Amino acid sequence: MSILINKDTKVLVQGLTGKTGTFHTEQALAYHGTKMVGGIHPKKGGETWAGSKGENLPIFASVAEGKERTDANASVVYVPPAGAAAAIIEAIEAEIPLIVCITEGIPVMDMVKVKARLDKSKSRLVGPNCPGIVTPDECKIGIMPGNIFRKGSVGVVSRSGTLTYEAVFQTTNAGLGQTTAVGIGGDPVKGTEFIDMLEMFLADDETKSIIMIGEIGGSAEEDAAQFIMDEAKRGRRKPMAGFIAGRTAPAGRTMGHAGAVISGGKGGAEDKIAAMEAAGIRVSPSPARLGTTLLEAIKG
Amino acid sequence: MNIHEYQAKQLLKGFGAPVAEGVPVFKANEAEAAAKALPGPLYVVKSQIHAGGRGKGKFKELPADAKGGVRLAKSIEDVVANVNEMLGSILVTKQTGAAGKQVNRLYIEDGADIDRELYLSLLVDRSVGRVAFVVSTEGGMDIEAVAEATPEKIITVAIDPEQGVTADDVKKLNAALKLDGDAASDGEKLFPLLYRAFVEKDMSLLEVNPLIVMKNGRLRVLDAKVSFDNNALFRHPDVIELRDTTEEDEKEIEASKYDLAYVALDGNIGCMVNGAGLAMATMDIIKLYGAEPANFLDVGGGASKEKVTAAFKIITKDPAVKGILVNIFGGIMKCDVIAEGVVAAVKEVGLQVPLVVRLEGTNVELGKKIIRESGLNVTSADDLDDAAQKIVKAVKGN
Repeated sequence: MSILINKDTKVLVQGLTGKTGTFHTEQALAYHGTKMVGGIHPKKGGETWAGSKGENLPIFASVAEGKERTDANASVVYVPPAGAAAAIIEAIEAEIPLIVCITEGIPVMDMVKVKARLDKSKSRLVGPNCPGIVTPDECKIGIMPGNIFRKGSVGVVSRSGTLTYEAVFQTTNAGLGQTTAVGIGGDPVKGTEFIDMLEMFLADDETKSIIMIGEIGGSAEEDAAQFIMDEAKRGRRKPMAGFIAGRTAPAGRTMGHAGAVISGGKGGAEDKIAAMEAAGIRVSPSPARLGTTLLEAIKG
Repeated sequence: MNIHEYQAKQLLKGFGAPVAEGVPVFKANEAEAAAKALPGPLYVVKSQIHAGGRGKGKFKELPADAKGGVRLAKSIEDVVANVNEMLGSILVTKQTGAAGKQVNRLYIEDGADIDRELYLSLLVDRSVGRVAFVVSTEGGMDIEAVAEATPEKIITVAIDPEQGVTADDVKKLNAALKLDGDAASDGEKLFPLLYRAFVEKDMSLLEVNPLIVMKNGRLRVLDAKVSFDNNALFRHPDVIELRDTTEEDEKEIEASKYDLAYVALDGNIGCMVNGAGLAMATMDIIKLYGAEPANFLDVGGGASKEKVTAAFKIITKDPAVKGILVNIFGGIMKCDVIAEGVVAAVKEVGLQVPLVVRLEGTNVELGKKIIRESGLNVTSADDLDDAAQKIVKAVKGN
């Protein structure tokens, strides 16, 4: 099993006709035939998208129409920042079960509005400002490089895109492979937090171990550590390795990701590492040793 | 993006907030006219720099027992004398670092009779994904110290974005700040208007410390610190006008022109990385092997050769840099593009320090080939551990 997506997931693309959307849709189609079923463009409904290798997809005028015509159960958003929140809200209104937003640079106030809508809906949003989700050999949503994945037993959840690649690559090299890798994104207000993904990985039989990669800012890692501790008390536990980026980051400075900032004395790396270690997660001091640290955790 | 106190107050005044009358001063000869425009007889002369702790700060040029960066003046002559002393001097506060900041702007304000000092701020509370008020009766001091010593004295009220500030929220805030009478009815007006300013202008922080209750029982915004969400500046040309680039690091300004996320640090190993998380992790691993990073630099996901060249130039311009580590895990970012950018930059600006390049991911072989065949003195690394050890060794060996 996997979480969130599998070979039957049907994906609509919001922002397909742009350069980014086109490139990554071609990549997704090439990745074990991910079921990309159509694009959305308000003015190009009825037209056909053509990829550089002769791929074709229908374009619909709205997400609701796309869902109706294709039975899509997921949507990926590549719409530029100014219009991204409206695109997510359109997908929420069309009751798309899984919305993955790749776009970086959405104003945080727009996400506050999205979050309010999301809380009252049936949709799950992953992102924004995230690399997407991959279930190896089945489905790839987003911008992760497909060639580093291998079907296996590790669940990967991360706030950082390129560190997700590190974790995936290292678990592939360690011979473990992944069930699913999820990038939840680097923004301060987002659709999915660590806890949601950890719950799914704990519940998934094929996921035998978990890597969780956090970074400075906020308290989501501390919340996740508390969750892991509570679940362990109930007898649910899996070997876990972790990493926190930003041990050397100065306070008060935003480190690339809008959410990566130590403010008001809160959100520093050391507190997060301490909380994760207290919950039994092996935290690697080096981002180059995620795979080996997980192997140690599995051996116990 | 940060703005000065006087700009923040002018902005909030536009939304109807009670602020004192005041005049900004850029040259010493403007001081007298500024003071004359105010009612008197009490004036406050405030240094305008983008850093806190101004009141307790010290001017480098003045004797240690001289007054700080915020001063009370009791006559127009007194205002002028203080302006002459402060303007152009370097103010060192606990937030500026030892180098301090030159005071190029002062704000002359009408004095106030203070009864109580309170704390109020608005920010985005990420745990609930809402804008929240954070208030405390312990104003006028370092709020982090209050949070440490007496966390129960800090109260957070999150606002439902679909309702705005409700009567119930106002009641909670008034109670938390122990406001009654005129002060409570001032609060009733103030809280919703501050919320409106925060949302309409896409702020990331609005801090009023202190918010004061005056002897006459009314509220006043005595200090104001405002930061804006950089991602929303595109829809606020009026806010961009308020930017004061003299307050920013030159290299950071240059980086922002190329849409590069760059933060200057104190170490000597320059870093160029793709992705914010990996860029932070690269800094961390340099430290782990016993050296210090000179910067954080995320070239982003879709960087062009030109962007990489610009990034490389910014790093090499820093005289503190004694070695460079390029760490790329190509996803969207293709390794050959990075390699071409690095080679082009080295050919243009030369290479005086050791350079270690670690490439992984999309088009990695092509990228490595470009580096290898460039004839440049570049050390290749197999993985991040290897790369960090090699650059630290090269720098320490020098």
